[in-house]
Amino acid sequence: MPSTVFYFKYGVTIKGAVFMAEPFLEKDCALIAMSTGEYAQTLRELKDRIRGIPIGSIYYHFWGGLLRPRFDVPEFQNDFAVWASRGMHDKILAERLALLDPTHFDNLEDLRRELIDVIEERLDESDLLPWVMATERIYFVTSQIVIFNTGRSYAIPEALADNIPHMSRGSIFYHFIDARRRTPQAKNDFSTWLEGFGNSYQELSDRIVAIDPYFTTLSELREELYRVFDQYRRERKD
Amino acid sequence: MGLLERYAEVVGQDVIEHLRQLSSPLKGMKVVHVNSTREGGGVAEILHWLVPLKQELGIDARWETIKGTEQFFKCTKLMHNGLQGNGIEIGHGLLREYERVNAENAEELRGTLEDAEIVFIHDPQPAAILGCLPGRKGKWIWRCHIDASKPFRPVWKYLRRHVENYHASIWSLSEFAQLLPHPLYLVAPSIDPLSDKIRDLSEQEISSTYDRWGLDPGRPIITQISRFDRFKDPLGVIQAYRLVKEFIPVQLVLAGGGASDDPEGEEVLRQVMESAGSDEDIHVFNLPSDDHLTINALQRVADIAIQKSTKEGFGLTVTEAMWKGKPVIGGDTGGIRLQVVNHHTGFLVRTPEGAALRIRYLLKHRDILGEMGRKAHRFVMENFLITRHLREYLTLMHAVMFEFQDRIETG
Repeated sequence: MPSTVFYFKYGVTIKGAVFMAEPFLEKDCALIAMSTGEYAQTLRELKDRIRGIPIGSIYYHFWGGLLRPRFDVPEFQNDFAVWASRGMHDKILAERLALLDPTHFDNLEDLRRELIDVIEERLDESDLLPWVMATERIYFVTSQIVIFNTGRSYAIPEALADNIPHMSRGSIFYHFIDARRRTPQAKNDFSTWLEGFGNSYQELSDRIVAIDPYFTTLSELREELYRVFDQYRRERKD
Repeated sequence: MGLLERYAEVVGQDVIEHLRQLSSPLKGMKVVHVNSTREGGGVAEILHWLVPLKQELGIDARWETIKGTEQFFKCTKLMHNGLQGNGIEIGHGLLREYERVNAENAEELRGTLEDAEIVFIHDPQPAAILGCLPGRKGKWIWRCHIDASKPFRPVWKYLRRHVENYHASIWSLSEFAQLLPHPLYLVAPSIDPLSDKIRDLSEQEISSTYDRWGLDPGRPIITQISRFDRFKDPLGVIQAYRLVKEFIPVQLVLAGGGASDDPEGEEVLRQVMESAGSDEDIHVFNLPSDDHLTINALQRVADIAIQKSTKEGFGLTVTEAMWKGKPVIGGDTGGIRLQVVNHHTGFLVRTPEGAALRIRYLLKHRDILGEMGRKAHRFVMENFLITRHLREYLTLMHAVMFEFQDRIETG
């Protein structure tokens, strides 16, 4: 039994529950962007549009960048901060918006409310800002996600760990970012799967949960994930 | 070797494997693309690779073209210009001819189109076919390749009647999209790394370019490839060149086509020649629009590419230059902003002075120039090759087949 090999190899005591975990099915995903037809060119318009746009658009402007053309080290992580800087040329607002980390919010509606608060606070600070016209518009985009099978599955954590460097950015997005939205505990799929082995991998699961997926890129996230798995494996060997 | 394998040599096997997995549930699906021509123009260029690649992935893809009359194409040319904001009314006679030709082609293609599961109609020319086929069963998608960000309203209002009944539409950038009562997908254009305009050239092909075009390989070359169009600001490029020339013995290449059949282009070309005067280091080449190998070579001998547009659609010449490892100094407008990332793949500028400053900076810091060129190539590799374009088409096909749900699980 492959899982037995893994546990013997690393000297982990196996409880009966260990063998109850289903194989980890590696999936991949692709996003297709859609225009909402909405745009803003002033801060007031931004606030009003954020209030009314579909929640998927908030998600896209915070997370979609990970799968979109952009640079490995973007100055700002979310599109609202980018626009505040490039369109409004308001560095103060850009910095405040950039600090919003969606992982710190229980749900996207809370994030939407915080976005509006930050913008309103900024509008209150200046008599001029409400009248400033941005040099470029922000267009609100949303997306659909298509999930498909890669045909790869892993019965034991070791096999999964070995394959992490070969996972596509889409797979990392699906199992790490998308999982937070789709699972009741807003947790990544790796940790959820490891918890299926009972307490044996709780520590590894917790370490993966502790990875901050926001201020990073999917490639870096993949590397970090592999490091966590690998480190855990080494510690067990020693 | 299959087409996909040839692309795998450029983009890597992983990317092709990703496409195979994504397309697997779409195998056997009947898909038809319809446009107005097999040769010439960006749409035909796209369909020449898109359809065979879909076929190789197991999709039953076909490409049909419509037949039109001189009056029909006169009308659709006016529509095209109107969508781009050119305010010329289209007479009723031309519009009736547009509808008549569409009805005729609908009849001709009825069997194929009514049978298809997904139909992609490209641009305005065949857009009215949908209304002529009430027995259609599949999903119909209108693909607008035109920058319709500020259309001439009477033209858009007419065309909207024909396109609003589609199940979805596709636009190149969110700025270009017009509100319609269906999902508006966003798919950016791309370049084909195996085409004559983009493919690698031999050392010999590149070195012969200097002789052929009278360029000095020992001095830096700045190149802008684009139509002679005032929105491409060729006069601003000459001004920037002159500001650089005071300090560095640089050469400027302005190459493009389209001046011969475009009265405005001819006038811009005349102004460019006048501005260039007797300066032997300004090389102005009015090339045939299909002279792809020359364009390819001129981009490759350049040290820096310029695209100092004041208004731009997506700006595929920027993508082309970046793929060839050139940093780009681009106008801060349209799709150039998507591609040129300040201090990473080049610089966004608003004035000839800004362009001159960045040219001098890059020519002085050759290491940075090289690093930016490498980053530019990587950026295009990951984002603007046809494999990404194909992936988005496949994703979209899943999306329309699953009634536009936010989340679609296949297989």
